[in-house]
Amino acid sequence: MKGLADFFGSRKAIIATGFLIGMGAALLQKLGNPANMGICVACMERDIAGALGFHRAAAAQYIRPEIIGLIFGALIAALSFGEFRARSGSAPMVRFVLGFFAMLGALVFLGCPWRALLRLSGGDGNAIVGLAGLAIGVAIGVFFIKNGYSLGASKKTHTSAGWIMPVMMIALMLLLLGNTVWGASKALLYAEPDSFAPFFSAKGPGSQHAPVLISLGIALVIGFLAQRTRFCTMGALRDVLLIGDMHLMWGVVALVLGAFATNYAFGQFNPGFAGQPVAHTAHTWNFGGMALSGLAFALAGGCPGRQLFLSGEGDGDAAIFVMGMIVGAAFAHNFAAASTSEGPGLWGPASVIAGLVVCLVIGFTMRQKA
Amino acid sequence: MADKLDMRGLSCPQPVYETKKKIEAMGSGVLDVLVDSGAARENVTRLAENRGWSVSVKEKEGEFLLTLKRQ
Repeated sequence: MKGLADFFGSRKAIIATGFLIGMGAALLQKLGNPANMGICVACMERDIAGALGFHRAAAAQYIRPEIIGLIFGALIAALSFGEFRARSGSAPMVRFVLGFFAMLGALVFLGCPWRALLRLSGGDGNAIVGLAGLAIGVAIGVFFIKNGYSLGASKKTHTSAGWIMPVMMIALMLLLLGNTVWGASKALLYAEPDSFAPFFSAKGPGSQHAPVLISLGIALVIGFLAQRTRFCTMGALRDVLLIGDMHLMWGVVALVLGAFATNYAFGQFNPGFAGQPVAHTAHTWNFGGMALSGLAFALAGGCPGRQLFLSGEGDGDAAIFVMGMIVGAAFAHNFAAASTSEGPGLWGPASVIAGLVVCLVIGFTMRQKA
Repeated sequence: MADKLDMRGLSCPQPVYETKKKIEAMGSGVLDVLVDSGAARENVTRLAENRGWSVSVKEKEGEFLLTLKRQ
């Protein structure tokens, strides 16, 4: 196990992981997931929020098995390598708020950093604007870290507490299987089945999905590899800016190349700005949305993918961040802050500005004295 | 007597960033860094080795004592 553990820490391993994530995501698109959304942690958590009835965007409701698989892949990796450690207590409410605003920013841009990279790999030029915003957001976060920003140490907690997130994922999986695979539909249970969760989109992005078990399988592999290699899109930028370390950046570059090669092979590469799938061309808010997300991720110590992997290895603070994102998704849709392909929602710009203000206050006020 | 950093419970980038500041200030010598996650162990080790410090690891009950040395 020791030799294997060393391998996963190597540059080869992070490059292979990034490449496989890119390939796997592009493949999921070929198999039915929405375009340039093979794996989008923010979009998929948003769809789960919709499936549970937390918001009413009829086109964004599905229990995405990818989220379940990413967490379980990380859990399996952590258990196999003796890294499962239940821990929590590092400013959970702040992490909830950071997750909340990270999601608002992501839904203004229409994607998390993973999807920004997948959009780039699919030829969507608006992704360049979003990634520039992400870089600025992370750079502001790095500024705070250099000035002593810290949410403090977490503490060990009961092992069973670390299992809360995985058990919640099992519950989601049962809901999904019950309704889509085993045919135990709501119609059998309720006189008015349309009034009760879970909801599954009949049309729109929420209705587009690869076969359940393939989605789950690919996500399990990615979750396993990403837990081992500490893959993180925000961390890639942060480490370059903070400590001049390119390690994680190699994984991000490999993700783009893997997705691009697969997209190209499948005829899924369509360069341009206008008319890109589940995207808009409001550059200011593509930039602003991702800047907000980047800052929130930097202050929370990981991109939304990394937060899933950490929650799979027992990190309760990362799990709270994920909960913040899910609640943020519900707010974004309920309050017309999420963008559509037409452009930002009525309150999208305001939510970005509010989020930036909150994150700046967090960055300035939560510093440890030297 | 080795200098010491206790980074237990802190998530990256803090352990690696604090280590960076410390070894840059020290220039050479011996620094003990105590961490409690595999990610922090790998990140601190990679940072130190990239900067010409040797690293030895002692593991005890899920905690890692990293001893960084440079002549």
